[in-house]
Amino acid sequence: MTSPIARSADEADTTDKSAGEADTTVRSADEADTTVESENAVAGVDTVGNARRSPDRRQPYRELGLADGEYARIREILGRRPTSSELAMYSVMWSEHCSYKSSKVHLRQFAEKAPAEASQILLVGIGENAGVVDIGDGWAVTFKIESHNHPSYVEPHQGAATGVGGIVRDILTMGARPVAVMDALRFGPADAPDTARVLPGVVAGVGGYGNCLGLPNIGGEVVFDPTYLANPLVNALCVGVLRADEIKLAKAEGPGSKVVLFGARTGGDGIGGASVLASATFDDTKPSKRPAVQVGDPFAEKVLIECCLEIFAADLVTGIQDLGAAGLSCATTELAAAGSGGMAIELDLVPLRDETLVPEEILMSESQERMMAVVTPDNLPVFMGICKKWDVTATVVGEVTDSGRLTMRWHGEQIVDVPPRTLAHEGPVYHRTVARPDDQDVLNGDRGEQLRRPRTGDELRATALRLISSPNLADKSWVTDQYDRYVLGNTVLAQPEDSGMIRVTDDRWRDEHGGADATLGIALSVDGNGRYTRLDPYAGAQLALAEAYRNVATTGARPLAVTNCLNFGSPEDPGVMWQFSEAVRGLADGCQQLGIPVTGGNVSFYNQTSASAILPTPVVGVLGVIDDVARRTPIAFARDGQLLYLLGDTGEEFGGSEWAYVSHAFLGGIPPAVDLERERLLADVLINASRDGLVDAAHDLSDGGLFAALSESCLRGGAGVRLVVPDGIDPFVFLFSESAGRAIVAVPRTEEVRFTDMCTARRLPALRIGVLDILEAALEVQGQFRITLAELRRAWTATLPELFG
Amino acid sequence: MTFPGSLDDRDALRAVRLAGAEPVPLWHGDSWLAEVVAIVLPGGFSYGDYLRCGAIARFSPAMRSIIDGARGGMPVLGICNGFQVLCEAHLLPGALIRNDHRKFVCRDQRLRIENSATAWTGDYAEGQEIVVPLKNGEGAYVADHETLDALEREGRVVARYLGDNPNGSYRNIAGISNSEGNVVGLMPHPEHAVEELTGPTTDGLAFFTSILKSVVSA
Repeated sequence: MTSPIARSADEADTTDKSAGEADTTVRSADEADTTVESENAVAGVDTVGNARRSPDRRQPYRELGLADGEYARIREILGRRPTSSELAMYSVMWSEHCSYKSSKVHLRQFAEKAPAEASQILLVGIGENAGVVDIGDGWAVTFKIESHNHPSYVEPHQGAATGVGGIVRDILTMGARPVAVMDALRFGPADAPDTARVLPGVVAGVGGYGNCLGLPNIGGEVVFDPTYLANPLVNALCVGVLRADEIKLAKAEGPGSKVVLFGARTGGDGIGGASVLASATFDDTKPSKRPAVQVGDPFAEKVLIECCLEIFAADLVTGIQDLGAAGLSCATTELAAAGSGGMAIELDLVPLRDETLVPEEILMSESQERMMAVVTPDNLPVFMGICKKWDVTATVVGEVTDSGRLTMRWHGEQIVDVPPRTLAHEGPVYHRTVARPDDQDVLNGDRGEQLRRPRTGDELRATALRLISSPNLADKSWVTDQYDRYVLGNTVLAQPEDSGMIRVTDDRWRDEHGGADATLGIALSVDGNGRYTRLDPYAGAQLALAEAYRNVATTGARPLAVTNCLNFGSPEDPGVMWQFSEAVRGLADGCQQLGIPVTGGNVSFYNQTSASAILPTPVVGVLGVIDDVARRTPIAFARDGQLLYLLGDTGEEFGGSEWAYVSHAFLGGIPPAVDLERERLLADVLINASRDGLVDAAHDLSDGGLFAALSESCLRGGAGVRLVVPDGIDPFVFLFSESAGRAIVAVPRTEEVRFTDMCTARRLPALRIGVLDILEAALEVQGQFRITLAELRRAWTATLPELFG
Repeated sequence: MTFPGSLDDRDALRAVRLAGAEPVPLWHGDSWLAEVVAIVLPGGFSYGDYLRCGAIARFSPAMRSIIDGARGGMPVLGICNGFQVLCEAHLLPGALIRNDHRKFVCRDQRLRIENSATAWTGDYAEGQEIVVPLKNGEGAYVADHETLDALEREGRVVARYLGDNPNGSYRNIAGISNSEGNVVGLMPHPEHAVEELTGPTTDGLAFFTSILKSVVSA
């Protein structure tokens, strides 16, 4: 075992040299080479001097994913050819994954269309590691969702695990204590052999890493669709809590301050992962570009978290950055670019797991569980002392300068000399061709009116059972029971509730409030619907936003801010680019209308195998706040005699529906209509009803429609329902339509008048459709069919265990 | 007690506080146990536990003091990873191995309290059924038949799983005690069932009120 116990922090002291003190005498033989101007300076390392002297040397920039024009631009910036180390840095920093070169021109809309509310609640906006939202009482929250799709296909367990590890470090970097994680997962058909390989690995990876970090997993999604077969989507969200006045930023300020690398040693894992894995599609006809996926060590990360939080509490850093994609290249350039603009690094001081690594590999390595901090000389001894307490290796690898350049030396030889902003902020920007796909009209034109619908009670009953047992709607306990939802003791709601809810509290609060925990809470939901987005990317993105927004409000929390993970095919395909641009436009417009700003997010392109892309899948996370977590509304129907109300309008909307997919494997037509003003009204009513105690349970309506929502609420609480199909609506439409802007609520009889008066006054349609019945323990649709909860539960719970064991 | 990889230490502190006692956080590297009257070893992964759960924790400076204390009658409750540490330290017999279904499991678990005479279970009725969270990857309690027979004969099975056995534990054992009853190891998590708001029940609180009474009356 490579326990950090064995990694003595004493090394921190022995390697605690400021820049310029590096011992190069051991390489005197190599130095001799440089004096004779050999190409092999310092055992073959390409120096800046070399680059000047050999301008015509052919460099493998194409293999590293750089285009001809990009390489030419690097030469122009530097006024010479790049050294191989510089080339490695530019290639990872200018990769799609790190530079957002194809998406940047579209993503600007999130800032340009930011709602007026943004200036009141955003303490840190887009561009930092994660946005920070003011939630009142001096508390702030930071949250972000990120993809780890490609690595999770190659190596499901480690790919998913390091996805969690990466997003947790992003949150930590803002100065926050991570308090919960969520995961939105998408796989190929549930019964496909490869899904049996990928899904259990991904779930064990998400669970293994999060459980070992001690972060409750409070929600997410598990979705199956054939387009995700060789392109699973693993989107991980983390949320952290901090004091509003204790935000940390990624910048290197104050010349003379030390640059400290701490955490795990650097190894050969994930080299080139950032640019190569995220840029290359899985095409069998080309040479494999699948390097090693990074391997996670959650215990090292757990220790790193506690170590960082102690360092933050003592206010010992002026800037901090985690090492994720593009590793040291990214951390050094981003810190330098955001601060006083200069940094000098002695790269040979980086502690290595594998002593044979060359500078280019060290710069590109994506070894996990590493952080970089900027620390003043005065604070350095205390900083090192805390690292030692936690047995965290910490090494001074350089210092902040006022040169405006990022320079690096390798055993005394200059191997990097670049303007850091050109890597971090001034990467290439592409206006990719956007074209509405030719088949879009055909797709939208076929509304599936010919699809056979169930008519009789028996047919409706069979359809209901088939839907509820289909993999997308079936019970996800097989997955979520592998996640710890209790740890930290602040989980108020977790899956299968509409949103995850966490009480915001800490030791300091308790000390200041007589030992009592705070009542303030945050709620989070992540949602996406690739089928809706395929039919109409603008509406599909808004429907994902609306669902997450509705889910947060259904639990009683007020939606505040948005994060997003945009999963698409190749940006070089104009049709995919159209989907992307429409989805971004829809999301930006939607956030503006709902008054909840985008705080950050992530784009994942190239999710495609050969010519076929995944369903365009924007996954949207909405954060909400609730003043008193004791007022939260659960989904469970548990009290006898309560009245069941359906809020919102039900239309005949089956485009992209679960019914069309399960019963007919059909995708066509147009998705449910979006009415964001209605969503806002519905949210207001749900939040007020929660605050005033007018409802005991509520559940949003989405995939599978009313029947799916009713089933989940009945099975969660154990009460049955006697349902009456309202006059003038077809029972099939009533039960299975996926019209948006709807929710069901269980209203105590004593509150019925107050509740209906509120809906009437606010003009929200509220239809009484049934009554809860504990003794019956069945879901009965009067005049149509009846299913006992026992039968319903068998149908709902059996699917995933039968598939995955 | 906090090891570097302890996870449920904050929950344990909260549970002790809610029971009306004063929680004192302890650090694995310190051998001095302060002025504490009872110790909770929390859940988590003490030192990463890549070798074997709890195998390294037993050698920490604090554990050496705790082992001495426990042998002298100091009440010690080990929850989950803490139970694993107590077995590794030979304060309790047997061992905890990987769940028989090979997956981590987190669920609300029904238990029956089999012995209400230990220092940690006095506030329960003998045979009382409770529901508390269970969450573990290596929670299957195993021991040889002689040991299991002895545990049952001497009333040292503190709690048993009801319903489906969640992890393959022999004889549905969820928790055991030493022969003096001051040292108890428990795989489920009573500290996650102390508040209506965050737990499935408040059934776990009695472990912490029990110890408060037993140390006050001692």
